[in-house]
Amino acid sequence: MNSSPLPALFGYFALLSLFAVGGANAAIPEMHRIAVDIMHWTTDRQFADAFAIAQVSPGPNVIIVTLIGYHVAGFLGASVATIGMCGPTCVLAFFVARTWDRFKDAPWRIAIQGGLVPVSLGLIGASAFVLARTSDHNIYAGLLTAVTAVLAFATRINPLWLFVAGGLLGLSGVL
Amino acid sequence: MSESSPRSADRPSLPELFRAFAVVSLSGFGGALPWARRMIVERKRWMTAQEFAETFALSQFLPGPNVINFSVVFGARFGGAAGAAVALGGLLGPPLLIVLVLAALYARFGDLEILSRILVGVTAAAIGLLIATVGKMAAPIFLKRWNSAPLIAIAAFVGVAIFNWPLPLVFLGLAPVSIALAWFKR
Repeated sequence: MNSSPLPALFGYFALLSLFAVGGANAAIPEMHRIAVDIMHWTTDRQFADAFAIAQVSPGPNVIIVTLIGYHVAGFLGASVATIGMCGPTCVLAFFVARTWDRFKDAPWRIAIQGGLVPVSLGLIGASAFVLARTSDHNIYAGLLTAVTAVLAFATRINPLWLFVAGGLLGLSGVL
Repeated sequence: MSESSPRSADRPSLPELFRAFAVVSLSGFGGALPWARRMIVERKRWMTAQEFAETFALSQFLPGPNVINFSVVFGARFGGAAGAAVALGGLLGPPLLIVLVLAALYARFGDLEILSRILVGVTAAAIGLLIATVGKMAAPIFLKRWNSAPLIAIAAFVGVAIFNWPLPLVFLGLAPVSIALAWFKR
């Protein structure tokens, strides 16, 4: 690459943040499309690793963007990607918050919010699918994902234990 | 401000705001919402449960990460622009420092066989957790009869997961339809 990746980092993440209904986890296929397929910033493997590290470390899931930015352009890349992802939506949130009392009970507001729920459900489902397709490379990894999904859905187990179990199984070499 | 705004005695100072959001952000995996509620409604009593729910509804209404929107909206309400910046800084600052250290370690050791094995397992588990989240969101939508929402969810899924269409395209194609359906169903 002959030019700085910083404008692209900022621009792509700023754009996708505006469509990320349901949070960062709804935009993972789009991040994957941009980072792996279009810009060749990371490999599939590195992208999946960034997702795993972002899930395991405390704080909002949005820090996957920080990891991708760091991978592309070090500390500066991490900052630019994070600001791109959070900046525009934060400014919007700040200004909308001041007028919220005027429209919080408006029928159109309730229709918009209700209408966005199934969209964000489909997007997050697609995120899980794309991640499983690109990173669960054998039947055992797929099984681990399935068992984790059932445990997390049906019990109140602390996710930390699921991560520990996954890490240990990975370490043992069966995956 | 309306009568629902909090009494001034309950107003957090800027350092308190920063500390509260830093604690929330470092508290848990799998979503900061329950921790934010515990801190703001139960421990600090800065908001009633009702006010919290309304403020959170606003942050879900806005594009972008919900918890981040929430910190900005909450901070702005108690301390204007400075409050918004401080709450956001508390929520994002400590996790960013941690993740930058992890990123540097990954850049140095990411190629090590042992680390990549561990990460393969952690990734598989993390995907399972995401699927569980999807299941919990889907249950109320898919179990309701005479309801068009599952079709929208499936269309969004197929567009992104199967056809690999860009997110803005899928969003702009489906959101207006979905919102119109929600409007007529009122």
